[in-house]
Amino acid sequence: MAALETIQKLEILADAAKYDASCASSGTAKRNSTGGKGVGSTEGMGICHAYAPDGRCISLLKILLTNHCIFDCHYCINRKSSNVRRAKFTPREVADLTLTFYRRNYIEGLFLSSGIIKSSNHTMELLVETARILREEHDFRGYIHLKTIPEADPELAHRAGLYADRVSINVELPTDTGLTRLAPDKNSRQIEGAMGGMKMAIRQSKDERKRFKHAPRFAPGGQSTQMIVGADAATDSDIVGKASRLYGNFKLRRVYYSAFSPIPDASAVLPLKRPPLMREHRLYQSDWLMRFYGFAPQEVMQATEADGNLPLDIDPKLAWALKFRDRFPVDVNRAGREDLLRVPGLGARAVGQILASRRHRTLRLDDVAKLTVSVAKVRPFICTVDWRPTLLTDRADLRSLLAPKQEQLELFAA
Amino acid sequence: MTALQHVKLGTYYVVHLPEPDDFAFWRERARLLIQCDVPPDRVAWVEPGGNGSLFSHGDKRLPLPEDDTRIIRASKRFLSIARNVAHHSDPERFSLLYAMLWRLQPSPRLMEDKADPQVRRLEDMDKAVRRDAHKMHAFVRFRMVEDEEGNEHYVAWFEPDHHIVRREAGFFVRRFANMHWSILTPKGCIHWDGETLRESGPAQKSDAPQGDPAEDLWRKYYASIFNPARLKIGAMLKEMPRKYWKNMPEAALIPELVAGAQKRESEMVDAGALEFEDRPETLEAIDKAIHACRKCPIGNLDNQAVMGEGPDDAALMIVGEQPGDQEDQSGKPFVGPAGQVLDAGLEQAGIERREVYVTNAVKHFKYVQRGKRRLHQSPTAKEIDVCRWWHEAERAIVKPKVVLALGASAARAMLGKTVSISKVRGEPIALDDGSELWVTAHPSYLLRLDGDAKAEQERLFAADLAAVKERLAELAQ
Repeated sequence: MAALETIQKLEILADAAKYDASCASSGTAKRNSTGGKGVGSTEGMGICHAYAPDGRCISLLKILLTNHCIFDCHYCINRKSSNVRRAKFTPREVADLTLTFYRRNYIEGLFLSSGIIKSSNHTMELLVETARILREEHDFRGYIHLKTIPEADPELAHRAGLYADRVSINVELPTDTGLTRLAPDKNSRQIEGAMGGMKMAIRQSKDERKRFKHAPRFAPGGQSTQMIVGADAATDSDIVGKASRLYGNFKLRRVYYSAFSPIPDASAVLPLKRPPLMREHRLYQSDWLMRFYGFAPQEVMQATEADGNLPLDIDPKLAWALKFRDRFPVDVNRAGREDLLRVPGLGARAVGQILASRRHRTLRLDDVAKLTVSVAKVRPFICTVDWRPTLLTDRADLRSLLAPKQEQLELFAA
Repeated sequence: MTALQHVKLGTYYVVHLPEPDDFAFWRERARLLIQCDVPPDRVAWVEPGGNGSLFSHGDKRLPLPEDDTRIIRASKRFLSIARNVAHHSDPERFSLLYAMLWRLQPSPRLMEDKADPQVRRLEDMDKAVRRDAHKMHAFVRFRMVEDEEGNEHYVAWFEPDHHIVRREAGFFVRRFANMHWSILTPKGCIHWDGETLRESGPAQKSDAPQGDPAEDLWRKYYASIFNPARLKIGAMLKEMPRKYWKNMPEAALIPELVAGAQKRESEMVDAGALEFEDRPETLEAIDKAIHACRKCPIGNLDNQAVMGEGPDDAALMIVGEQPGDQEDQSGKPFVGPAGQVLDAGLEQAGIERREVYVTNAVKHFKYVQRGKRRLHQSPTAKEIDVCRWWHEAERAIVKPKVVLALGASAARAMLGKTVSISKVRGEPIALDDGSELWVTAHPSYLLRLDGDAKAEQERLFAADLAAVKERLAELAQ
């Protein structure tokens, strides 16, 4: 086979990387290129440099070093038994490409992952080498996210953390049975062991930096992970439970959910019906409820329906409120932040504004309307000086009143 | 002169700002005017190029305060918002700010009242400026040009909504400190040579370079990273409104990508070609379905599907690789030479073949034609995985307690991964449904051996079958 041009390799290896949902470039240490010899800065907030028609942001150059792989995970397009075109970049090619894009302000940095070639250690060495070239030879100060391979030597994972802003290890599937069935070469104990190792290293580096100003930073952007939704039989309850354990045990910055999407050359073990994208959205909403709204994982699970899944037609917060109507209505002029955060339709920002405004005026329904997107949605769950939902909160058909109107399905929709 | 006198005299004042985003100048004049108690409706703020003629009767000479040490109160929140609002393109921005400053004097915490319409308007303007700045960080696209000495110069054309170019220069300086770059906009330009920042007047799009070879790479990346199986155009438009598209090289691809998405997705599914219907629930239904199955190339050869055979409640299921030439002709599993080896082994171990459900991992015979003979070909991992659907359906109906896989292909079908026979034989492996899997060599392997190797493998094969027999007896108790 003739050697591939860079542009062809880019096509193959970006295509192969698109099933990874994470693209965040936020939350790392602040730094810039002043006084250095290269380019790059990170200023806390991530920047999305473009958006693709799939609604996902493009912040990083997200590619695989290679899509050759000795593993055979069924949900993965790059598995050994798949017939996709294969390509391989050298670490230097990836570094050059990153800089070419960065200098033109296309990207915030690099998100590098890889199929496993030769061995886990060999692959991990190549990933680390790419980061080293960028950081040491080019004094690159932009964002680097390295996917670490749980089976690789901890020493290599440690070196990855010294160059990268964020490291991540994918748990892939929410249940162990799903993992053994769909990713026979992986094992959850090894994955969680590696995540535990990362957590320790991140914490240790933070401690050291408190005492010694020049102690090296280790993955200042923390670690994240990704779960595939809809490839196995796990319910939303299972997924929420797993996510909250991961947040708790490994101090993850983010858990990403990726709705399993049909891949070319799929394995027959997979379901071919793709889960509705809405399911992924509902899981992200439940993730938010746990991280920013003070919901306990059990409470999110209470919002699920009999089959253990979150309802698709309404958001999980509304689902929870409809199940626990005795907690409503909430008086916007008196209730505390925790109670206001439970009101469907009131976001964290609106709650902050309500708390600030009510020092100056007694809020009326009109005032609340100015602070929220849809007062119709909020109304059944709050009272103000001039509004009391009386019977509304207890109406049996409240759900259908609040659920968004069903759109007629497109006849030829995929 | 008191405030009352201003009003009585009907005096208007006009303040001309030197720059459209000169917050410091506004702050200076606003302080002075408040100190003189000039109410907001008596002041007009005019930016450069703004329509000042309406106020031609206004007094450009501002009054002098009687007490210029009087403290003017402005909350921290107001100042931080005002700094941003000063960059907004709304010609009323400075008047609005002055009106708010006026109202803040008697009620200094007014900014906290988020339900106040004026506070909301200022907050919205603040947000619009910050968003515009953020989009500038994101959507500026540099194009590289080389000067005569071969130095790289990166030049971008950008069209901001608000007066933010000067405000955002710092971001680009910090990020590209060691590059030479220019950002040209209709609202003024900034240039950085690695040491100093220079400003220049408004530019036109034609002043910027028209292309860059790296954009082909970038467009290729953009098209490849997009997942056609998920189309969320609304989400894209919300964050990347159309007005920005004209200056982004990748945006030209969007209509094409959207239009092609459904086609690409169906191609992706077709490439997998695995639209399985619901799993059949009887052995007869499976038999019928596998005869129609063309989900892998083997099904398209000149052959017939061979269904498993045996009681539908058998405790033992034996899984081979695929039918051979004779099986294909007779339509029954394990009737050829390998079948005879299996039968002999079963008899020796004391297992009744009549009580066993015998089937294959792959349902069709894969071969290459050599003259009149059809030579056996091993199925690929992909083909085994495709056929896994059928024998899993068989297993779900028969529900054997023990499954014996003959050879590596059968083991792959059960486990989803390729294992080495010598490593896994002789020990049970737990399967998802609670049954257990034993693995041994395929009888046809024994047929290909000679001498000592043959004797050794036959011994192992017999030992495996004996172990299975023993295990079945244990489980039957």
